[in-house]
Order: sequence, then structure tokens, then C-alpha cells
Amino acid sequence: MDGTSAASDGDTTDTVDRGDAADTGPAGADDGLLGLDGDIAAGVRDVSPLMLGIVPFALVAGIAAVDAGLGLAEAVGMSVIVFAGASQLAALDLLGADAPLAVVVGTAAVINLRMLMYSASIAPYFADYGRRLRAGLAYLLTDQAYALSVAEFGTNSDRSRWRYYLGAAASLWIVWQVGTVAGVVVGTGVPDSWGLTFAVPLVFLALLVPAMKDRPTTAAGVVGGAVAVVAAGLPLNLGLLAGALCGIAAGLATEVTTA
Amino acid sequence: MTTTTGTEVTDAIVASPRAWVAIVAIGAITYGIRLSFIHLFGRIDGVPDGVRRPLRYVPPAVLAALVLPDLVTLGPSVAATLVDERLIAGLVAGAVAWRTENVFATIAVGMIVLWLLRFVAFA
Repeated sequence: MDGTSAASDGDTTDTVDRGDAADTGPAGADDGLLGLDGDIAAGVRDVSPLMLGIVPFALVAGIAAVDAGLGLAEAVGMSVIVFAGASQLAALDLLGADAPLAVVVGTAAVINLRMLMYSASIAPYFADYGRRLRAGLAYLLTDQAYALSVAEFGTNSDRSRWRYYLGAAASLWIVWQVGTVAGVVVGTGVPDSWGLTFAVPLVFLALLVPAMKDRPTTAAGVVGGAVAVVAAGLPLNLGLLAGALCGIAAGLATEVTTA
Repeated sequence: MTTTTGTEVTDAIVASPRAWVAIVAIGAITYGIRLSFIHLFGRIDGVPDGVRRPLRYVPPAVLAALVLPDLVTLGPSVAATLVDERLIAGLVAGAVAWRTENVFATIAVGMIVLWLLRFVAFA
């Protein structure tokens, strides 16, 4: 999960790609899925198990938008323009409660600050690509696309990185938009008592457990989670940020003491 | 999707200009966050060690900070905190995630345990 290897070594096949759809490029060892390029197909394939968590998440985003008094256009507009589930749900909750705009925007921004770290972590793998391609790839950056891609880049240097990432990230985008629309249409059809939103922490849990692979990363997770629970009452959702920063500090401290 | 700013409120969206202002503002900030280092690293060479080392701990720290508050709410007593359908379902799902590293299985078991507790045990 560490973005230590620079993108400049090896992997010369995709250093000049500009993201043209017509570019057939070097197919990987994988057989094409739906006629897709092998590396794109690999991203689509690897992300597909995560969709079971994304679909209810997207449905909930649509349902929450209706609950907050938003129409279909606003709900889809939010999913397209923001495209970050946790911040969308928090913003919808605050919009529905008539919170000041600064609080709505500030809370969502704080929740999405974690992607600053993802951006820095994945950036070395995209450093050789052109500006426009990088600008497009950045728009699709999510927890799931980041976690899958960095894990794949770290173990498989033969991949066309942007194609694999695009396969995973664009699949998430499509499912997110379709799920949002379905959530708005279905509206309150699914009873609240089913607790569909519980699938959201379960998705993050399934990503968290493999991320705690040694003592320092485990310390980061344990401390990060514990601090977030204790600080859950802080305004502006600062509990998440406090937990994350304390967890990172715990990981670094453990790394120093065990070295 | 039309791009709408706070100053260009048209008739179609006048019903909820607040929502559109929030959406566009959050979207712009979020894209800036996503693009930040991906854009910068095209110009500067390599990741400073002081940035790279902490990054290793971002996924476990942030994911745990996202998950745990959804499973645990500190109650007035230890018993009230622990006897919670979300925490029990989350612990079982966490064990499944640890043993199988399978996202499908983790979500399926977690939801089933939640429903069993909610509609059978705690009903």
C-alpha cells in the first residue's frame, strides 16, 4: 500500500499514452472482457466484488437526496460533480437540517481531505502521463479505486497503470450514477429498518482488514479508529480527521520503536 | 449536466439554489484535493521521504476512522456500548474479512448478522 516505487522505472509501454479511446495499446495476459483491453478488463474484474458494497451505498445516496428535499437533477448532479459517497451523505444530512452552507461545504471538504493522501500516494505511478490524462484520472479517484490500484501497481509491474485504474475507477463511476438514479426513483421503497446504510462501513471494513498487515499499520488502524470513536462528537466531522492523524502518528511511532 | 455557479441561478433550479451552491463548491474543492499531488508530481521529482513514510499509514488510519464510529457509539455504560447490533455484526464481519479477505462474504455476513439481531434476537 506504499507508493514507494517511482513510475519512471520500467513500464515504458504506456509512458506516452494520452488516453485516447481508440488506442488499443498492449493488452495484458488477461483475456478481454466484453472486448475491452486486457488491462482495463482486469480493473473491471477486480473492482466487481466491491460493487456489492457500492450499489447499496449509491442507492442510499439517492434516497438521502430525496429525504433532504433534493430532486433527481440535484441528486445526480451531486453524484457527478462531487462523486465521493461519504461526503455526499454528510452534506445531504446537513442540507436537510438547514445547516449553514459553510458548515455543509466545510464538513464535506474535511471528509474528503483523506484523498489528498491518496493523491500523493498514487501520484508517482501517474507521473509519466500527460497533464490531460492525469486531470481525468484525478477526477475518478476514490477510496476503492485507490486501494485496488496501488495494491495492483505494487505487485504487478507489467500492467498499463492508467488502463487498469480506468477500468476500476470508471466502473465505480458508472455504478455510482446508475445507483443514485435508482435510489431517487425507488425513494423510500426500502424501509429504513433494513439498515441498508450498514453496508457502507462493511465495505470500508473489508478494505481495512487487509491494510493492517504488520505492526505499524495495525497500530495506525487501532489508534485511528479508537480516536475517531472518542472524537465522534466533535463538530465539522473533525473526529474523522483527528482519528486519521493520530493513527498515522501511531504508525510512525510504532515503526520507529520496532526498527 | 449543466454547470451552475452560485451567481448563475436559472429558473430550472431556483427551487434549491442552496443545494447547487453546496454541490458545486464541494465538487470544486474535492477535485482540487484529488488533483493536487497527481498534478504536482508531474513537475517535481519523486516523493519526499517525509511525505512518503506517513502515507504508508494513511489507508489503515483513515479506513478505521471511517468504520469504527459507524460500529461503536460510546454509551452511558460499558454494557450499553458493547450490546449494539452494529458492533456485533461488525465484529463478525471483521472476522470474516480477516479469514477470507473477501468483500462479498464480509458484506453478506455483516448484513445477515445485523438483520438476525435486529429482526430476531433484539425484536
